[in-house]
Amino acid sequence: MLTLTLLIAVPYALAAMCGAITERSGVVDLALEAKLLFGAFGAAVVGHATGSPYLGLLGGVGAGMAIAALQIVFALRLGADHVIVGVALNLLALGGTRFLLQLLYGEGANSPPVDGFGSALLGNPIVWLALVAAIALPLAVRHTRWGLRLRAAGDRPDALVAVGVSPDRARLHAALVGGALAGAGGAQLSLAVGGFVADMSGGRGYIALAMVILAGWRPAWAALACVGVALAEALRIELAVRAVGIPHELAQLAPYVLTLLVLIVAGGAHGRPPKALGKR
Amino acid sequence: MRWLVARAQTRRELEAAVIALLASLAIGSLLVLAAGEAPGHVWPQMALRTLGDPYLLGQVLYKATGLALTGLAVAIALDAGLFNIGAEGQLTAGVLACAVTGAALPAGTPAVLAIPLCVLAAAAAGAVIGALIGALRVYRSAHEVITSIMLNAIVAGVVLWIGNEVLFQGGTTRGPSIAPGAQLPQLGASGSAVNASIVLAILAVLAVWWLRARTTWGRAWRVVGRDPAAARTTGISVARVQLLVMTGAGALAGLAAANFVLGHKHAFEEGLGRGTGFLGISVALLGRTHPAGVAIAALVLGFLSTGGLAVADLVPKELTEMLQGVVVLAVAAAGAWVQKEPGTESPLSPFRTRRTGACPGCPKTSQKRLRPQRREDRC
Repeated sequence: MLTLTLLIAVPYALAAMCGAITERSGVVDLALEAKLLFGAFGAAVVGHATGSPYLGLLGGVGAGMAIAALQIVFALRLGADHVIVGVALNLLALGGTRFLLQLLYGEGANSPPVDGFGSALLGNPIVWLALVAAIALPLAVRHTRWGLRLRAAGDRPDALVAVGVSPDRARLHAALVGGALAGAGGAQLSLAVGGFVADMSGGRGYIALAMVILAGWRPAWAALACVGVALAEALRIELAVRAVGIPHELAQLAPYVLTLLVLIVAGGAHGRPPKALGKR
Repeated sequence: MRWLVARAQTRRELEAAVIALLASLAIGSLLVLAAGEAPGHVWPQMALRTLGDPYLLGQVLYKATGLALTGLAVAIALDAGLFNIGAEGQLTAGVLACAVTGAALPAGTPAVLAIPLCVLAAAAAGAVIGALIGALRVYRSAHEVITSIMLNAIVAGVVLWIGNEVLFQGGTTRGPSIAPGAQLPQLGASGSAVNASIVLAILAVLAVWWLRARTTWGRAWRVVGRDPAAARTTGISVARVQLLVMTGAGALAGLAAANFVLGHKHAFEEGLGRGTGFLGISVALLGRTHPAGVAIAALVLGFLSTGGLAVADLVPKELTEMLQGVVVLAVAAAGAWVQKEPGTESPLSPFRTRRTGACPGCPKTSQKRLRPQRREDRC
């Protein structure tokens, strides 16, 4: 149960940490879903081509970073609205991964099987990555120059300009680190089940974003909130296995209902959003 | 003088749409090349096959009918500064309500009674979901993007559950048929699905256009979208406007159910109308949230998705799916691009107010990017 929960939590938590630092730097990050999906896709393609899950993980990380870079180009360089860019990238990921599957393997829904890290918790480098990130990110955000610039870009970009640092560059760096994390989260999705399936992110990016807002844009707390979501999901799987009489269509909704309830109870204005979020 | 400014704005919006379409066409051509076909062959084939065939042409109109309604649902919310991703869930709720009402009516119900009842049920169901999103935003300041995504999933799950438990008949994924009186007449040739609900869509476009351009009410919702603080100062209740607009948006998305249930399938079916709500986002953005633009965008995207099937033997149909994302990205970027000059802000989109923070309201910097390297950009 614990192992199951943590394995489920890893993609959520990595995506949430990506969302937390990207948003802290002032970029609205609705593209988490796209980063997860392309991360999963990249991991499956590279993993299949090389036969190594480690290289597959790298592929996922690269794909996540590529989406983050695309997001920054459109949102900052071209000045498009952040929310629209996020939604568009998610649409693109949904169609794009299927299109690429069709081109690469002549099939629109599944990739050929790839080797994963198995279901052991400690032998899985992605689990370790998530753990290290959950501890290191808050420290980095608070105590390093990178973190200071990231926070300044999100709260007072003009202050950053005054000391001669480009806020956009700080945002790019934050987004790339985040993209790498979310890409790794996506890699966990496809490597865990041994292949890429169309739309396999299934709304996890959005749930992760809700957790980011819930946690007041603090990466570690967001990751912790994701463990809560994962617990609800693991519980559903356990209940389904034991055939408790809850209809499966409704049991699947647990994370969504939970998120919505939390939003209703806590309110969306919980915590303090970065002041310059979505503005430039 | 005013009409000159208005024309300049309209020109800008048109420019943005044209640039976006050309950019999408260029990227689409690259995708076609990647699929190993010549763009010069695929595009004309797509147009010829789709527009030359009465059945496919009817399908374009059928898809455009649903898309125009969900597009309007996203567009009016966008005008009021809300991003309604929930059109999908609102439509799904509408489909269920519409089909259940239609099936519950006695078989002899006359059309004058049956059709309005079913249409009302669809709109009401959508409106409830829309109002819920609006209320959460207004009273709990929960971001509408998050809540509508959650509600999309929840509505889909609950509707499927209701379908499985009570509606679906004998192992199929189809519910009981609606009363014959509730069926809308078909308009298309050779069995295409276009039906009388296209009139509904046209009426909705006209109604939204009138409300938006000719009433104080429409003015209020656009002011709320552009500058909530200014709206509050002039005595507009931002909360009430947002709640009402989200309710109206939900009703519009719910209306699209008439196209699928009353006009085509005549019953509740699993997955009926799926994707139309999400695609409504692209429609609203491509149409620059103007009702006329939305109508045209609905036709363009309806053409694209039908055309993708028409040339499925040349390129994978996933290509047009991907193109829809490309179109939205291109519109977002082109919209920002044509708005570069200061002082010519268009009221059509709420996603435009841009301040550097360094010097709020200063005409020189308010529209420009912060470039630390170029000192003259700053005050």
